[in-house]
Amino acid sequence: MARYDRAITVFSPDGHLFQVEYALEAVRKGNAAVGVRGTDIVVLGVEKKSTAKLQDSRSVRKIVSLDDHIALACAGLKADARVLINKARIECQSHRLTVEDRVTVEYITRYIAGLQQKYTQSGGVRPFGLSTLIVGFDPYTGVPSLYQTDPSGTFSAWKANATGRNSNSMREFLEKNYKETSGQETIKLAIRALLEVVESGGKNIEVAVMTKEHGLRQLEEAEIDAIVAEIEAEKATAEAAKKAPPKET
Amino acid sequence: MECVFGLVGNGFAIVAADTSAVHSILVHKSNEDKIMVLDSHKLVAASGESGDRVQFTEYIQKNVALYQFRNGIPLTTAAAANFTRGELATALRKNPYFVNILLAGYDKETGPSLYYIDYIATLHKVDKGAFGYGSYFCLSLMDRHYHSGMTVDEAIALVDKCIMEIRSRLVVAPPNFVIKIVDKDGAREYAWRESVKDTAVPAA
Repeated sequence: MARYDRAITVFSPDGHLFQVEYALEAVRKGNAAVGVRGTDIVVLGVEKKSTAKLQDSRSVRKIVSLDDHIALACAGLKADARVLINKARIECQSHRLTVEDRVTVEYITRYIAGLQQKYTQSGGVRPFGLSTLIVGFDPYTGVPSLYQTDPSGTFSAWKANATGRNSNSMREFLEKNYKETSGQETIKLAIRALLEVVESGGKNIEVAVMTKEHGLRQLEEAEIDAIVAEIEAEKATAEAAKKAPPKET
Repeated sequence: MECVFGLVGNGFAIVAADTSAVHSILVHKSNEDKIMVLDSHKLVAASGESGDRVQFTEYIQKNVALYQFRNGIPLTTAAAANFTRGELATALRKNPYFVNILLAGYDKETGPSLYYIDYIATLHKVDKGAFGYGSYFCLSLMDRHYHSGMTVDEAIALVDKCIMEIRSRLVVAPPNFVIKIVDKDGAREYAWRESVKDTAVPAA
């Protein structure tokens, strides 16, 4: 196995590209990120690992906008993310310049995935060590979308997904609890999924919400704390209801 | 024949441009908007070669937008003006753009400003400026009637005086003008001054 994981351009005998798989490992070590699509809203949530005391937390934005109507969150190597995000932002403006229209979410996802794929088939380079969650509204139909890309360059659309640390538990939670929601309910679902794997509290999660009218809005810590409190209260009443003896048979 | 002029008032900047798109002796349309909204608080009034005008201003607009996404804050008017001038200067000795620009903007810290950028990459920060044959009339009128700290009504009255002068004294005077304003509330269209109306064009 050691002989087949050196260069990215070498397949192993059983058809693996080890460098790509190692890149996926890097993603699995990155912070947890979740995305949920509602009927009129899309929500991105990211785990905020405790910032150092002297660090200015405002300079560490994990959810970024690519254009007025597209936002991205990622898990994995943050330096690689910077490069990919920069290229994506240029592409968004370049698209606007050449065809005088905004990109669709699918277009920019395909572009980012294409970039990630290019680096799995070139000599002397390594793949990007990150998976992205891309959300936005289609500029023509107004339909909200959520897409995910990974280091191999594959992408697909999702109703809700998670990536990064403990993404499997979050995805399980989402599969069990997902239903079509809108507005505040969608935000709650995203935060509930994150809380499965992250210590609760507004300090440890960053949440951003995108609507067609208002674009991307980062939630304040106080807002997140309020929603977390709501969720905990709901959990408590659910627990209490379970424990209480049934009134009717 | 194209006329573009503008001035800075009390907490705002105003630019006016003619709206005729002309090719040789033919007027293609007389409601061509030559004042582009560069971003929320900037206006670019451009005159010159029509292909270059649209191409160059759109290029500047997209680069200004890219800067904003990359850095999380918008460019100042001065920075946008210098960037624009830089692009004109770089292209000048190879493939020059024949576009004259009046860039009006409002910054929270420094208030309204107006920049005169001509096609050979001259850059001046001015209180009032004009391009085209109309400038021969507008500049004199503005020299006579302009004073710093004009109100919107005073400024519009001066703009209207300039438009009247152009209409009556310039041999091939453009009939229609568009006026746009930028202040703390943003860049927006203020009014049209039409003496000839085009028939309605069905939407594409």
